[in-house]
Amino acid sequence: MSAGMVFDGLLVIITLWLAWASLASRDLFRGIVLFIAFGLVLAMIWVRLGAPDVGLAEAAIGAGLTGALLLATWGRLPRPEAAEEMERPEPTMVYPDRLNEPGIMLRIVVGSALVAIIAAIGWVLLAPAVAPGLTDTVGEKLAVSGAENPVTAVLLNFRGYDTLLEIAVLTAALVGVWALGPAPKVAHATPSPVLLGLNATLLPLLVIICAYLLWVGKAYPGGAFQAGAVLAAAGVLLILSGGRPKIPMSLKPLRWAAVVGLAVFLGVALAVMFGGRHFLEYPDGMAGGLILFIEIAATISIAVILALMFVGGRPEDES
Amino acid sequence: MTSAAMFALAGVGLIVIGAWSLVMRAHLIRKILAVNIMGSGTFLILVGAGGGSPVDPVPQAMVITGIVVAISATALALALVLRIANATGKPALPEDFERDLMDREDP
Repeated sequence: MSAGMVFDGLLVIITLWLAWASLASRDLFRGIVLFIAFGLVLAMIWVRLGAPDVGLAEAAIGAGLTGALLLATWGRLPRPEAAEEMERPEPTMVYPDRLNEPGIMLRIVVGSALVAIIAAIGWVLLAPAVAPGLTDTVGEKLAVSGAENPVTAVLLNFRGYDTLLEIAVLTAALVGVWALGPAPKVAHATPSPVLLGLNATLLPLLVIICAYLLWVGKAYPGGAFQAGAVLAAAGVLLILSGGRPKIPMSLKPLRWAAVVGLAVFLGVALAVMFGGRHFLEYPDGMAGGLILFIEIAATISIAVILALMFVGGRPEDES
Repeated sequence: MTSAAMFALAGVGLIVIGAWSLVMRAHLIRKILAVNIMGSGTFLILVGAGGGSPVDPVPQAMVITGIVVAISATALALALVLRIANATGKPALPEDFERDLMDREDP
């Protein structure tokens, strides 16, 4: 048994423990923090699997931004006792979370269903592989895909349809969040000078990292989603510190920025049809440029949508 | 057993842990955590079961797509939880908090 296997075994144990602790802990705040830690350990598993693109996406989106969304919602939940007891530290458990009487029947039914799931998936996993997978097929066509990173080639070319719909899902989710009501009122606290100082260093750095991930995604791990998530993190930091630029924030440019990714992707997909090609079939030799064009627009939209999701509702138009 | 197969089996474990908690816990944010953990388990199975080195890029791309779809669904679900909590005063579904809060009703 190699040292690598031992390390991987430890990663599996830590991941399963973090998942269980996150869901079983009495305190929800603790549960959310453990969930973020779970996402980071999972990102290490992706790297160990040889999938650094997924690892980057997991760390930035799965752990970072999902964690920020969860904590923001947790903080906005109405707390009946909060009004009269402002000085008291956060109660460890505001609402009882565990079902008191789940019933033995429920446990038996759910338990048996889960045993069946374990058996079925385990049986499939332990059976010998029946198909060689698509690694070789992707490798053969990589030269004409317009990207040297096979994952980017699959995302933006071979399976561009999936990615187009994925951006549509992201946009639709923002429409859904906005439809549920205006953004909750935020108390305007004076940001700490330390936070503002950190922002001055961190924000330009995040913008550079975003541009780097976007550009390098063509040949190495990275790409529009990871880049967009990093830019969204910069936006979340900006919102949290209250150090917003002193310009009237009109909703109109934000709306355009949110839909530009979907619009450009769809526009390119349709425009290539004029040459008698199929939907999303890039003309020979133009794939690289078109992919970069789509990725730049997608990065902007992904960043704006994720940051606006953190705001938690339709922002007030201040123009 | 290879590391990839071990990670795929860990994915099965995550689905089981998530599904159990999804049913057993009342707080809606906890249910959203559970669904996210089930999703992560699915992703591990998808990539890990293929195994091999280098890893098949097609499931990798599908998982990246899945991660973005998961955060979209999470954001929408969290906005709904906030609406439910503001409307009913409890971040749980009525059939759950009736059972859960029967003897711990807020004044």
